[in-house]
Amino acid sequence: MSVLSKLKEAVICLKAGRVTLPYPAQAQPVPEKFRGRPIFDAAKCTGCGGCANNCPAREILLFDLCQEIRILQYLGRRCAYCGRCADVCPEKAITMSHEFETGTNSIGDIQQRVELFMSTCQRCGRCFKEPSTLEQLKLKGYRVDDVAHERWVFRSKSYLETEPVVDDIKIEMD
Amino acid sequence: MLKNLCQKMFGRSLWVYHANSGGCNGCDIEVLNVLTPYYDVERFGIKLVGSPRHADVMLCQGPAMRSTAQALKRAYDAMPAPKLVFAIGSCACGGGIWFDSYSVLGPVEKVVPVNFYIPGCPPRPEAIIYGVAVAVGLVDKKTAPVKFKQIEMPIPRYHPQDLSGRDELVVYEKVEKV
Ligand code: SF4
Ligand code: SF4
Ligand code: SF4
Repeated sequence: MSVLSKLKEAVICLKAGRVTLPYPAQAQPVPEKFRGRPIFDAAKCTGCGGCANNCPAREILLFDLCQEIRILQYLGRRCAYCGRCADVCPEKAITMSHEFETGTNSIGDIQQRVELFMSTCQRCGRCFKEPSTLEQLKLKGYRVDDVAHERWVFRSKSYLETEPVVDDIKIEMD
Repeated sequence: MLKNLCQKMFGRSLWVYHANSGGCNGCDIEVLNVLTPYYDVERFGIKLVGSPRHADVMLCQGPAMRSTAQALKRAYDAMPAPKLVFAIGSCACGGGIWFDSYSVLGPVEKVVPVNFYIPGCPPRPEAIIYGVAVAVGLVDKKTAPVKFKQIEMPIPRYHPQDLSGRDELVVYEKVEKV
């Protein structure tokens, strides 16, 4: 009886053939609706901050270097690939790519940093982005030059601390 | 350099110990998936062992929690050197979606040193195999930090690190003359 069952097992195994994927040697396609790592398109982004507000993992940081430069930083360490940022983006600047091969030995490798150029509304003083690069070039009022001392003076007071945001984890135990 | 060291030390046959310190089980299922005949990670010599004392590699899933951090630390200490730690899933890499809840201390990095990161929630089995293949030197890693500037400032050139605060204003110290 046991010999028969072994024979049956062998037949089943032979019928199934070889199922192991030749994975790292040969690329493996992902399903159509698979969500991989979000990719930020810096040309489309207007710096509205919708993605940063909606990210459940708080993985998108937005800060202003000065009145004119806004930095959008995606850290990616605890990103759940949920796609909420891509859903909420009004400019469709975020695409959920099919990229999943993100194994790395340094967590900083996954980050994306976009430097956005913002200009100031002459009336209300808030930042906005001009539609085209040409208009950005035409706009000259974004900084004042201190001609006497040969330096730039930005209008705003806020500026960035130089410390990196990514490797900020300190080891501590209870 | 780490890669060379890995190849020398581990001889391409890793015995892995699977430690879940408070994940949702999604990553565990993917790791078990990797061990099935379909992905068959034993062709790289990778074998799951039940005790950290037999293991070369610890696969960490889930964040370091208030209740499990000590146990995780003890499991790490029990492993014989040389040892590697893989953080699998976004919980282990960065603390996960619940990174700010009262019971979560943060990424496993806070408790044990992590050598390789495989983000994803959960990562695909292929992504885990890829991460392991990167570690043993079968493939090269594909990711690199991306930086993009929407506009290059007109001359003189602009470097954010040269900005400094001065009472009421932020000034740019170094001006490169044309
Ligand atoms: S995919 Fe989800 S978790 Fe990742 S950055 Fe976007 S909103 Fe945040
Ligand atoms: S990526 Fe989209 S949602 Fe995020 S700041 Fe840019 S435009 Fe707004
Ligand atoms: S990374 Fe996602 S799937 Fe893995 S344990 Fe954390 S929540 Fe669960």
